[in-house]
Amino acid sequence: MNFLHDLVSQEFMRRALVGGALIGFTNGFLGSFIILRRMSLMADALSHSMLPGLAIGVMLFGLKPGGLFFGGLVAAMFVAIGAMLLARGSRLKEDAALAILYTIAFSIGVVLLQMLPPTQVDLKHYLFGNVLGLGDADLWIAYGVALVVVPGLILFQRPMMLTLFDPAVARSQGVRVGALNFVLIVASVLTMISSAQSVGVILMLGLLVTPAATMYLLTDNFTKMLWGGAVFGCLGSLGGLVVSYKFDGIPSGAAIVLVLGVVFIIAWICSPRYGLLVRLRRARHFHEESLKRWEHDEPHKH
Amino acid sequence: MHSHALQLQNITVSYARIPALHHISFEVCCGQCVALLGPNGAGKTTLLKTLAGLVERESGTIHFHGREVRGATPDIAYLPQRGQIDWDFPTTVRGLVEMGRYLRLGWWRTYGEKDKLAVDSAIAAMNLESLQERQISALSGGQQQRAFLARALAQEAHVLLLDEPFTGLDKPSQDNLKLTLRQLRGQGKLLIVSHHDLASVREIFDRVVLLNGELIAAGETAGVFTEENIHRTYETRVFAAVDHGVAI
Repeated sequence: MNFLHDLVSQEFMRRALVGGALIGFTNGFLGSFIILRRMSLMADALSHSMLPGLAIGVMLFGLKPGGLFFGGLVAAMFVAIGAMLLARGSRLKEDAALAILYTIAFSIGVVLLQMLPPTQVDLKHYLFGNVLGLGDADLWIAYGVALVVVPGLILFQRPMMLTLFDPAVARSQGVRVGALNFVLIVASVLTMISSAQSVGVILMLGLLVTPAATMYLLTDNFTKMLWGGAVFGCLGSLGGLVVSYKFDGIPSGAAIVLVLGVVFIIAWICSPRYGLLVRLRRARHFHEESLKRWEHDEPHKH
Repeated sequence: MHSHALQLQNITVSYARIPALHHISFEVCCGQCVALLGPNGAGKTTLLKTLAGLVERESGTIHFHGREVRGATPDIAYLPQRGQIDWDFPTTVRGLVEMGRYLRLGWWRTYGEKDKLAVDSAIAAMNLESLQERQISALSGGQQQRAFLARALAQEAHVLLLDEPFTGLDKPSQDNLKLTLRQLRGQGKLLIVSHHDLASVREIFDRVVLLNGELIAAGETAGVFTEENIHRTYETRVFAAVDHGVAI
């Protein structure tokens, strides 16, 4: 109890817990869309692309969240749209185009950060995050992003689901697949910017993908995957913050991703339907399984 | 023109300026089961995708029920090849069939009693009641086809476009699917099916459309599915595109 009291009695910790929970929730909710659209690695590329924008934000406006927000947003969108144009206008496919542009962007970011005076910014801070340094403006950004991204995705849930399941059929049903992809990219960039302060550029992908991936192993229901991912993301962030507070010296971003990782591994092993244990056990009962399937597959009579 | 007709007039489709379908015109009606036949690259899938509004046509018009079809309409449902689907998607058979209602519901209207009834009856019509809570990857190939047909029924589509539905099915599942297609035709649906197996055409389809880039022949199976027409369809190369390795 004392520990909990200590935890919430400190202003910076309260702020970190609220911010962490909110950011975890938004990331976890969006994560399902990213996984099912197979955009995880694209999201990783976009997260790295933010670095030069963050650096330019610091150069122009100092360490103000507004400047960092717009810097990150512009840099990531630049790379996303640039990769699309490069792929369309050349023989290169989009993955290669993205790989080229995002590594260039990340390198520019590293160079720019080296040019800043060391007192102003620490590279590690951007790469691995520091949730304990969350300011009021960071919290407002987290609120704003959550309020845009989560209701936006709920609003577009049906056409999104059709697109994720089968883009061709979705298009035949009048869904504007290209526009929805763009919405998803913007939502990812916004969400990742709101996580930059707490988990950092390198680790933010873990917060985005791991909670939804955990739910993917536990449910066959899209809606449950969305909300379950959000709740996992939220609880995982809180858990990570508590761990990082308890064991001084563990950076918050790494602690959050590790907590989520542990839960994921448990789900991967123990999931009642798709877990490793069930798979191993099922192999021995293959005969009964196939018999059961055969019974269900009898031609129907009319 | 018949009032329940689907009429294609002068349809031309090209990929990268190479024609895949050239001046295709024919008419088919509700209550018919139509085979699209032709060699690889003849434009069967392209024609289905054109009807589904997935591929832009360079020229030509499509009319259904006397009205021009432009882009997507709930009246026409496209069933993709099974290989195209992510079977690990977190949805059950019921969830898949419910997706068929989205086009009728729009993006925000709530899913009501009428939708539930439509889904129930589509599931019942395809004999999937006992499987409705199963994740879609835990179905056999034939059951997966039936689940997609149920989705088209829930959509209340009149025209069902099936892309190679018999491919990869074992004999019992094929027989089952034949029965299902016959049943749907009896309900007045228009089924347009791209098909490979010439031996089973007479048994399943009452109409055929023979394609090879352009229309070779279209009409009742008995009159059109002749040795001569089959020879013309499979032996001639209308466009050089196929030889250049361009997939059509």
